[in-house]
Amino acid sequence: MKKIEAIIRTSKFEELKRALREIGIEFFSYWDATGVGNEIKKGELAYRGTVYDTSFIPRQLLTIVVRDQNLKKTIDCIRKTARTGVIGDGKIFVTEVLESYRIRNDDEGDASLHNIGEE
Amino acid sequence: MLLMLVLIAMPAFTYSFAEKTVDPTGATTGTISDVTAKTAGQPTITEVAETAGHNKIAINMSWVLITGFLVMFMQVGFAMVEGGLTRAKNSAHTFAMNFLIYPLGMIGFFICGFAFMFGGVGPLGTLGGFDGLNHEFAINLFGHSFGLIGTKGFLLNNVYDVGVFALFLFQMVFMDTTATIPTGAMAERWKFSSFFIYGLAVGTIIYPIYGNWVWGGGWLSQLGHNFGLGHGHVDFAGSSVVHLTGGVLAFVGAKMLGPRLGKYNKDGSSNAIPGHNIPFAVLGSFVLAFGWFGFNAGSTLAGGDLRMSIVAVNTMIASATGALASTLYMWLFKTKKPDVSMMCNGLLAGLVAITAPCAFVTVQSAALIGLIAGILVIEVALFVENKLKVDDPVGAIAVHGANGLFGCLALGLFADGTYGDGLNGVAGGVKGLFYGDSGQFVAELIGVSANIIYVGILGWIVFKLINKIVGNRVSAEVELAGLDIPEMGAEGYSGMKMDKNAETPLSH
Repeated sequence: MKKIEAIIRTSKFEELKRALREIGIEFFSYWDATGVGNEIKKGELAYRGTVYDTSFIPRQLLTIVVRDQNLKKTIDCIRKTARTGVIGDGKIFVTEVLESYRIRNDDEGDASLHNIGEE
Repeated sequence: MLLMLVLIAMPAFTYSFAEKTVDPTGATTGTISDVTAKTAGQPTITEVAETAGHNKIAINMSWVLITGFLVMFMQVGFAMVEGGLTRAKNSAHTFAMNFLIYPLGMIGFFICGFAFMFGGVGPLGTLGGFDGLNHEFAINLFGHSFGLIGTKGFLLNNVYDVGVFALFLFQMVFMDTTATIPTGAMAERWKFSSFFIYGLAVGTIIYPIYGNWVWGGGWLSQLGHNFGLGHGHVDFAGSSVVHLTGGVLAFVGAKMLGPRLGKYNKDGSSNAIPGHNIPFAVLGSFVLAFGWFGFNAGSTLAGGDLRMSIVAVNTMIASATGALASTLYMWLFKTKKPDVSMMCNGLLAGLVAITAPCAFVTVQSAALIGLIAGILVIEVALFVENKLKVDDPVGAIAVHGANGLFGCLALGLFADGTYGDGLNGVAGGVKGLFYGDSGQFVAELIGVSANIIYVGILGWIVFKLINKIVGNRVSAEVELAGLDIPEMGAEGYSGMKMDKNAETPLSH
């Protein structure tokens, strides 16, 4: 089991959600994330005569826990869908997940990550 | 069943006995039989004349009251503009100031403000001619009498007259407009207890005394009669009496309070502190523009003074050129964006500037006055922020102070001489410098100078005194947390996520 954390453009979120659903990844959590990064936009904000920038960059953070067999296609899907080629597209981190349990019943490990009979 | 029959039959029964038949077009309603007469339907000429006179005053009073109600509604506009252009963490505090100034100022004006301002105004010409407000305290200088303060009508005592009450309502809402202007410039750091005392001071003393000098028969209004300077200091609806007074108080108060934390960096450059609700500011500006029809057109104090249509059109034209000028000025020459809060300020600047001259200038002049006001408001707002280092979150000093001043001078320049015969006891129309009367311009100059000196000094004293008693400014801790909970005990937006750190820029 692997945990994929992907930081993507807010504008790409809906598109990615749909793309992940198409390849069978239907469960994940996401947050509004704020970060500091390389994106430089000068003079984007103007208020009462002051042109300014904020260091706050709004992004979407997705946390997806997948079975090993689904790792590659999930990563490919995120890179393909969320890429614009411009600085600020985000990053993907993958870490090992030691254990996993479903709360509703006694499913553990891989079994807790998908419904039996479905992909 | 029986009841239904009665209900159906009743109208027919009534009509058959009525003197008059139904009148769906309105063409025959209001006839000779409506003229109050001893012998119904046959009034004498005196009875006809009395009805005509009564109706004239009735029209005047209806106009004054309805436009007064419109001006009262401007309090909503002020609350929305000031609340919208300040931060969410201070919203309950900012809105509460805008709300409480209404009752605070009103009670002050009721106790003694009205008496100081209009206690010596003399007969109320357009509102029935009552002559009870007839004592002005004056001093003699250069062989002329200088009226300083009225002394009749405290608590509206001994002036139990319909005309006086109509005047009170109309003038009260004007006073409250002044009173609410500094709350914007001083927002986000002003202690509520200090504001509370200020609210009483402005309604009882600060506003009424200058108001007396211009509208209550005081010395500024007599500059023409006494010294031949045009019609004296003329201010049709309050560019100086209302707006300059508010602007000067806003400047003195904001200067004394100091800037909000995080507004200025060590090198003196300023940071943007965006307001939390631009849509509020936009809607509030619209509300103000609507109320302004009452403000300016109502200042004829007479529904029979048909100059009101010219006043109303001048008012809207100046607001349009003001808004467009400020929008384009920001867009083309300043930040290259059509700054939303500045376009709102531009609309209001045009309105403030046309407030004094609205009855005396041509509509072409009104367009020009609004255009200048729209550019002036931006230059002054940036000057106040970047050169004087006075932090005014909503632009009140630029909108009301600078354009209040400019509006009076514009009257002294552009008044075309077609209106104002007999105003302040001077025959002939009000004429500005461009139409041949330099005296009028001098009178306007004296009027605005007197305002700045009097309001500036008294305002400074009042704020200093309040500072001694309760302190003017909240602690840094309170300011960073937002004034809502420490000062008011409740958040403006309880239950909503708010980034309080992001709301205060770090000075560097």
